[in-house]
Amino acid sequence: MPAPVITATDLTKKYKDFAAVDGISFEVAPGESFGLLGPNGAGKSTTMRMVGAVSTRTSGDLRILGLDPDEHGPAIRSQLGVVPQQDNLDTELRVRDNLLVYGRYFGLPHSQVAKRADELLEFAQLSDRAKAKVDDLSGGMKRRLTIARALINDPRILLLDEPTTGLDPQARHILWDRLFRLKERGTTLVLTTHYMDEAEQLCDRLVVVDKGRIMAEGRPAALIREHSSREVLEVRFGSDRNEGAAATLAGVGDRLEVLPDRILVYAQSGEEALVEVTKRGLEPITSLVRRSSLEDVFLRLTGRTLVE
Amino acid sequence: MTADLRTDTQHRTGGVRALYSGNARAVVARGLLATRSTNWIIVLTGVFEPVFYLLALGIGLGSYIGGVTDTQGQPIPYAAYIAPALLAVSAMNGAIYDSTWNVFFKMHFGKLYQGMLATSLGPLDVALGEISLALLRGAAYGTTFLLVMQALGLNLSWTALLALPAILLIAFGFASLGMGITSYMKTFQQMDWIAFVLLPMFLFSATFYPLTVYPEPIQWVVQALPLWHGVELVRGLTTGAIGPAMLVHVGYYLVMVAVGLVFTTRRLRALFLD
Ligand SMILES: Nc1ncnc2c1ncn2[C@@H]1O[C@H](COP(=O)(O)OP(=O)(O)O)[C@@H](O)[C@H]1O
Ligand SMILES: [Mg+2]
Repeated sequence: MPAPVITATDLTKKYKDFAAVDGISFEVAPGESFGLLGPNGAGKSTTMRMVGAVSTRTSGDLRILGLDPDEHGPAIRSQLGVVPQQDNLDTELRVRDNLLVYGRYFGLPHSQVAKRADELLEFAQLSDRAKAKVDDLSGGMKRRLTIARALINDPRILLLDEPTTGLDPQARHILWDRLFRLKERGTTLVLTTHYMDEAEQLCDRLVVVDKGRIMAEGRPAALIREHSSREVLEVRFGSDRNEGAAATLAGVGDRLEVLPDRILVYAQSGEEALVEVTKRGLEPITSLVRRSSLEDVFLRLTGRTLVE
Repeated sequence: MTADLRTDTQHRTGGVRALYSGNARAVVARGLLATRSTNWIIVLTGVFEPVFYLLALGIGLGSYIGGVTDTQGQPIPYAAYIAPALLAVSAMNGAIYDSTWNVFFKMHFGKLYQGMLATSLGPLDVALGEISLALLRGAAYGTTFLLVMQALGLNLSWTALLALPAILLIAFGFASLGMGITSYMKTFQQMDWIAFVLLPMFLFSATFYPLTVYPEPIQWVVQALPLWHGVELVRGLTTGAIGPAMLVHVGYYLVMVAVGLVFTTRRLRALFLD
């Protein structure tokens, strides 16, 4: 087993008395794609900032590439690529200059940075926008430029904080495709998201975080197997009839989850559960059978949904 | 819960290694590239303002003023008396322009420093780089003004050449202190205080008449202000009245540079590497 590139032990960050990150422990192996899945305010960004050596921990231990970020901030940061939640591109510089200048921040020679900048513009599908102003780029393009910029120093770990939040579906898919390529090339990825589909697609392994704590850890498929049934039947009866229907449904499937707008029936077979629902004389307005997802895992663990 | 031994983050500094990667020039290079999008009108205003003062007060009003002497009692034209003061002012203006408002906007509205500090740059690199940029602007303003003085025959001694390193030092001092102070400013009102302090400092730092017109307590106040030291230093050099007091002026600016750097670095660290 190769040495982990990140080791967090009881990592805690407090703002005054409030623990934004409350004693989390995890390891990331080289080449792995590791995720933190959790709702807004779970402490994902705070964790990423500590891992990125731009925020000091309150307590616990943290090693990045074997180094303590308190002691070796610049040395660690020189080996990281960071895509923060909010883009922080240099709007006073043009697209390609953003990459060149960023490379210089790492002390890399101009010739090397120039060559790499062109490769990365190609990778980010921005070659034709090299001379554009940053403010003229679309949200998806800015995100891709931020990722390209994060790769300028050929980092050993790429940190992505909510890489696709706020993007339209098409832009998300382009971005996922780019990230998938990085993953295939063996880049170590650490990403946060509150989209369960993003986590399922991109993460080899993830932790589910809520209120600064880790609720579960594992591979996406294993987490689903462990914490949810194979399938889910979603039935809607109209908001005022949900509660009543839920009483009648007791015992159908393995477990019920009553949400404000629908009832989730966890079962080995969703179709069979639906047959049972009709047998009990209920007629849902809509019904849908789907496979269990990380969303269900989160609901099971916290009683809340990931995205409100 | 185990006893928390590590709550005091202040005590876990990693020394210079955590603050400085020896790459301030990358910050300077970025700044020079970004000046392409500078508002050149503002730059030109900054350059010409002291020149206008020199023409209006030094040459115009000065033709009515006689009996002016340098620090060692030699008679000199009034224009040659105020020109070095305005030279120090132009170096100050250039340095202040970049290190106050520009820095304020970057600290609060842009994410430039956040981006820089996510790389191997440390806060001291960023502080030094940004201060150097402000210094360069101050030096450019000052050099232009020195050339104007030369053209008007207001450099009375070969030692005026030494005014060049002197205005570099003055610009460095104001750039550093300016950024140090700005980094603690949170609102526009607070920034306006800077302008509120600068104007009287410009008018009363023995710029247009000697310190001796003031009663003694006022003299002390003026002598505590940074511009007075700059004015006296430069005036000595361009008029050729060299004396040991100049070392005090140089020392004052060295302290200013150091204080500004320390505070800027601390503040950048507190804001962007909390
Ligand atoms: N600088 C800060 N000062 C005070 N509270 C903060 C600060 N940064 C984050 N928090 C709080 O910490 C919690 C976790 O925030 P964050 O890490 O941004 O969550 P996430 O990225 O998962 O949405 C939130 O409740 C947030 O309000
Ligand atoms: Mg976040």
